[in-house]
Amino acid sequence: MKLNGAAWKFGNDIDTDVIIPARHLNTSDPEELAKHCMEDGDPEFYQKINGGDVIVAGKNFGCGSSREHAPIAIKAAGISCVIAKSFARIFYRNAFNIGLPIFECPEAAEKIQPGDKLEVDVDSGEIVNTTKNETYQATPVPEFMQQIIAAGGLINYVSKRVKNNE
Amino acid sequence: MGMTLAEKILAANSGRDHVQPGELVNAKVDMVLGNDITAPVAIREFNKIGVDKVFNKDCIALVPDHFAPNKDIKSAEQAKVMREFAKEHNLTNYFEVGKMGIEHCLLPEQGLVAPGNVVIGADSHTCTYGAMGAFATGVGSTDLAAAMALGETWFKVPESIKFVFHGKLNPWVGGKDLILYTIGKIGVDGALYKAMEFTGPVIKELSMDGRFTMCNMAIEAGGKVGLIEPDETTLAYVKGRVKVPATFYKSDEDAQYSEVYEFDVSEIEPQVAFPHLPENTKPLSDATGVKIDQSVIGSCTNGRIEDLRLAAEVLKGNKVDPNVRCIIFPGTQEIYLQAMKEGLVEIFIKAGAAVSTPTCGPCLGGHMGILAKGERAIATTNRNFVGRMGHPESEVYLSNPAVAAASAVKGQIAKPEEVV
Ligand code: SF4
Repeated sequence: MKLNGAAWKFGNDIDTDVIIPARHLNTSDPEELAKHCMEDGDPEFYQKINGGDVIVAGKNFGCGSSREHAPIAIKAAGISCVIAKSFARIFYRNAFNIGLPIFECPEAAEKIQPGDKLEVDVDSGEIVNTTKNETYQATPVPEFMQQIIAAGGLINYVSKRVKNNE
Repeated sequence: MGMTLAEKILAANSGRDHVQPGELVNAKVDMVLGNDITAPVAIREFNKIGVDKVFNKDCIALVPDHFAPNKDIKSAEQAKVMREFAKEHNLTNYFEVGKMGIEHCLLPEQGLVAPGNVVIGADSHTCTYGAMGAFATGVGSTDLAAAMALGETWFKVPESIKFVFHGKLNPWVGGKDLILYTIGKIGVDGALYKAMEFTGPVIKELSMDGRFTMCNMAIEAGGKVGLIEPDETTLAYVKGRVKVPATFYKSDEDAQYSEVYEFDVSEIEPQVAFPHLPENTKPLSDATGVKIDQSVIGSCTNGRIEDLRLAAEVLKGNKVDPNVRCIIFPGTQEIYLQAMKEGLVEIFIKAGAAVSTPTCGPCLGGHMGILAKGERAIATTNRNFVGRMGHPESEVYLSNPAVAAASAVKGQIAKPEEVV
């Protein structure tokens, strides 16, 4: 599967309070959360992005709270994937569990500029920057995580296991 | 080859003799936890799995603490989802308003976590219970949903970092300062994906409350768990309290660590973390004089009885500065009651502080003490991110309870010895 979109750049240590501030956590409705996505980093973010666009960030993206509302807000806002130098552990897990593709790639995080057009191959982790005519390779996704993605998220994966009585 | 404390607990809970960092294991969980923000999402996902029962009605704790007592209609609806789920599945450990406390103060206090346990919670500060020698870590709602159905979850065995604390603690220096100092040294991703093991003579002498404070903030360095080897102090704490079997694991002499840090605490003063990251720590001497509008004392980091005693020691006979709101929120009902018995609540009220029912409230900018644009708070909480306590242009400084209390009196960040 290939994802296409323009890059939106953020810095290091983007925490989950920036991705979705706690004042909006009195709901878990994805549509509602989407409207406030990245609000404390860029108040107009949701208005400005187009479906398929990509968040590109520095190290430790998604640090802070365990709120799954963070990847849910990003996904519901129409962002197709997140590329970062590194991810905080819980965010990493959550993103796979809910089916938001994420890629660890320091080179891409360094070289991609705001607005660059990107083409991301979800299976191979290859990131093509069509604006700059460059290609970067993300860290391969562990096999177990690939199984979760292939099943369509953790709940489907577990549900299958339960049905097969594993 | 020997194993670390983290490796031993994961091995035991996944039916293995030996595990090593990087391996994926399926471990059974002894307790799973959700709150009024994360549980409603987990329940929605749980209902899609296709099981009609939770794995064990005694091993799921649900605590409405973040926006409870409910701050508005939306949060009331969320809490209701959780309450009804607890009823439907006849959960033993649902804590209603009036009985609830801040989850990470409540679970150990109620004896729901034991040394050697594996615990996951849909809250990042679940790592607090590492203070008891349990492998406890935060996950998201979907992981919580899966664990509620299966009673197990997968982990990548983390590498461990050892932090050895030597020397003698200075006056007004405690667990909070040790962990802020550590995060200042290694940064907010300094322990990313790793287990942080705190050890050495200073930790041996540290009270349970101080240990909880330290392990609580492991996540603020990116850590998966913060761990302290259980000892006599742990044993005294769990005796008569813990209702499930406990196992006291110890790291082997020849266990492998990815890094070892040695700190001499004799040189450490109380620490203050400047906005907007917990790693921006400075010695208190370099922070004094910063004007504040609010002082918040409590939370899962510093809302335990020892913390309140410290705050009371500083506030006793003093008055909160007229330009400051001082808000104190005890971690649990039991802590609240103890504080009343000891006369601490009276000291707080006479000093002009507001004492709140246990809730996360101000800590996450939820309710009960939100900052306006341009306002500044000192707080004994664990995060000072942009907008954490209110307006995106407000600021939070993190400190220990004595410093937060002294600052409330002075109207600016101050040393406890200035007012005691
Ligand atoms: S007190 Fe603060 S950090 Fe602790 S659980 Fe509540 S919101 Fe989270």
